[in-house]
Amino acid sequence: MEEKSCPVISKHIKVALVGQPNVGKSMLINSVSNAHLHVGNFSGVTVDKTEVLFDYKGYNFTVVDLPGTYAFTDYTIEERVTHDYLCAEEYDVIINVVDSTNLTKNLQLTAELLTMSKKVVIALNMSDEAQKEGIEINAEYMSELMGVPCVKVSAVTKEGIEKLIDTVLQKHQDKKVKPKLVFSEPVEEEIAQIVWYLDKHRFQSENSYRNIAINLLKNNKKTYEKLHDNPIWTELQPILIEASKHIELHHDSDDVKEAFAEEYASFNRGIVAEVLKQKVKQEKKTITEKIDSVLIHPLFGIPIFLFFMWSLFQLTFEVGAIPMDYIDAFFGWMGDTVGATISNEDIRSLVVDGIIAGVGAVVLFVPNIIILFIGIALLESTGYMSRVAFLLDGFFHKFGLHGQSFIPLVTGFGCSIPAYMSARILKNDRDRLLTLFIIGFMSCGARLPVYVLFAGAFFSPEMAGNILFIIYISGAMIGIIAAKVLKMTVFKGVDEPFVMEMPKYRLPSLKLIWHTVLTKTMMYLKKAGTFIAGASMLVWFLSNYPHNLALEAEYAQKIAVESSANEKQKLANQRSSELLEQSYLGSIGKFSEPLFAPLGFDWKMSVALQTGLAAKEVVVSTLGVLYSLGSDVTEGDNTLVGAISKNISFASAVAFIVVIMIYLPCLAASVVFTREAGGIRYFFYLLAFTSIVAYSLAFIAYNVTRILV
Amino acid sequence: MKKLIECERGEKVRVLKLHAKDELKQRLISFGLMKEAIVEVLEQAPAKQTIEVKVGKMRLALRAQEAELIAVEVL
Ligand SMILES: Nc1nc2c(ncn2[C@@H]2O[C@H](COP(=O)(O)OP(=O)(O)OP(=O)(O)O)[C@@H](O)[C@H]2O)c(=O)[nH]1
Ligand SMILES: [Mg+2]
Repeated sequence: MEEKSCPVISKHIKVALVGQPNVGKSMLINSVSNAHLHVGNFSGVTVDKTEVLFDYKGYNFTVVDLPGTYAFTDYTIEERVTHDYLCAEEYDVIINVVDSTNLTKNLQLTAELLTMSKKVVIALNMSDEAQKEGIEINAEYMSELMGVPCVKVSAVTKEGIEKLIDTVLQKHQDKKVKPKLVFSEPVEEEIAQIVWYLDKHRFQSENSYRNIAINLLKNNKKTYEKLHDNPIWTELQPILIEASKHIELHHDSDDVKEAFAEEYASFNRGIVAEVLKQKVKQEKKTITEKIDSVLIHPLFGIPIFLFFMWSLFQLTFEVGAIPMDYIDAFFGWMGDTVGATISNEDIRSLVVDGIIAGVGAVVLFVPNIIILFIGIALLESTGYMSRVAFLLDGFFHKFGLHGQSFIPLVTGFGCSIPAYMSARILKNDRDRLLTLFIIGFMSCGARLPVYVLFAGAFFSPEMAGNILFIIYISGAMIGIIAAKVLKMTVFKGVDEPFVMEMPKYRLPSLKLIWHTVLTKTMMYLKKAGTFIAGASMLVWFLSNYPHNLALEAEYAQKIAVESSANEKQKLANQRSSELLEQSYLGSIGKFSEPLFAPLGFDWKMSVALQTGLAAKEVVVSTLGVLYSLGSDVTEGDNTLVGAISKNISFASAVAFIVVIMIYLPCLAASVVFTREAGGIRYFFYLLAFTSIVAYSLAFIAYNVTRILV
Repeated sequence: MKKLIECERGEKVRVLKLHAKDELKQRLISFGLMKEAIVEVLEQAPAKQTIEVKVGKMRLALRAQEAELIAVEVL
């Protein structure tokens, strides 16, 4: 669907994708366009609306991906996004995406959409999976019964996609056709009466009288508001009250919404019975249920999960370490080669010691990051994510967290920004804020380089993987304890219910994993090439200026007098580090050194922590620049790992890791946090909270380690 | 008549009434967990803190407090 069409003369169509969560809306958009929307096998992957544009048959399509919603309610923030969009925005056609393998439940939302008097096309997605499960749906018959076109599609095999778009085009040109939603006789009678009444008074409205009647009976707030100020209201109200009573009586319920849900359900059951044939007899236990009996086993469930986590960090370190030497060597070679071509000493230093050393230090960890991303992608796409939320809910609950908090928290291991966004799946504002406050405790991918660097500097390769695992787990534990403290003090309140769909297990396609990991890795690299390169240049500048000519001359003289090469080298190194200390950065470091002295940090570490407020990768690049400047030509090991194990004591390193684990993730994440939390004051709370916790725990860690080691 | 939380693993029951209030009730209903629905208990976390049930073709995780509010009869 690539042929370009002129944006001016071609016609525009705006399509809204609506459906229950996890039915493949985002994937469907990916398969009709070149978009790479985030896809995952759990409810609540998409939490904000996204527009995707593409051209087809001379039309400009704008497709809007909306968060999945179970019903037309405002249960969670992300469902509110969908609801508001559908009620308030302009669009031409709704594609209602449904999961063919779970039709009855999905049609529940469809029934509600059909009372909106919008043009609707139903996409029967996952037809490939339905076929495998022996489910056959007669789409033509279904279209006829419902009065709405239904098209079988599969976002994975791309089967039926063209037909779907053609149907949307056709529907767009058609006049509105009334969908055929039929209720039980008593309800139909009440509807007829209200329709008759509206008709009698020639009530002006865009929506059909029938839909207005249904919405009124269902207690739909918006419809009520519309009619409330109309003169006919005084006469209509008693009729409505009477009608609701009849319906409630008929359904033996005191809740008219429940009564309507039952009406819809029985209509849907009728449709499904007509159009769906289960050709293969279903086994007693589905594969998903068999897997569940192992993975969420009451005893083994949690140990299995911990084992997976541990394996991931082992792999991250072990496999990630293999290409590291090459990358390191490459940047070393590049520094030498590029450096040789530049004659101006200052520019040479800027390029080699600033940009190449800084960016190189960050790129070095790309292999580790890739493995971590693969792990998260697998967790997201197989369906295991919801299982872990299930396993941990009991435990989380004790600490005042909601089981579903697990999803944003795990996302936080990748990057805090999407994690803050995905906290929207939590219904309750208090739960959501609480989760927002502790997402930062889940170490994001950008902190991994710092950990790998330090674990590699102080531990044998066999142990380093375990150390990574311990760092991540303790970060998470500290976060959970922090949650408990916050819950007992600030976010007091009742517990929210926990009801969550458990998707079926799916074998993720390699393509999907590849795309997810590639997109995230490219983002990391792009950041290294832009933001980090810029920050490295800044750090370089601050650490080279102002020039102290007197000091330089003094050393030049000393070196000239000295005869032994060894002594010359020593003096050169001494010169470098003295120059560095009196630079701008050195002054900043020296100024803040007393603050960090109780944690055992030298001024370079203090500076790295401060630049790390911009982004955690900058910690590594700053250390890279500072240590490559401080010791120009060194004896033996001149890697950053070597420099760190030589210059930093073990206790200081532990304290440093603790601070990195806890303090603010980065500038960009802080901005998103502020937006999601809903006010700048929350940012200051977060800043104070994390700084205090980080400082106190680092202080304890430093002193305990010093006593023990 | 008993509560859903009192059911054992593998038991199949029919829903009689939802004692949940407003929003939670709406949510359960939108999951298909409504009067007359057939529910099967699939898995239980330790001490039945959380349970996994099957409603129609869908699996649902519920916390004990919520399962407490669903009156069922054994089939
Ligand atoms: N077999 C099969 N799997 C599909 C198909 N469409 C989507 N999936 C899978 O279904 C899962 C959900 O896909 P998404 O596109 O994230 O679903 P969504 O509707 O956008 O979900 P939310 O954003 O949470 O509302 C993913 O694991 C997809 O790989 C399909 O046609 N066939
Ligand atoms: Mg989506």
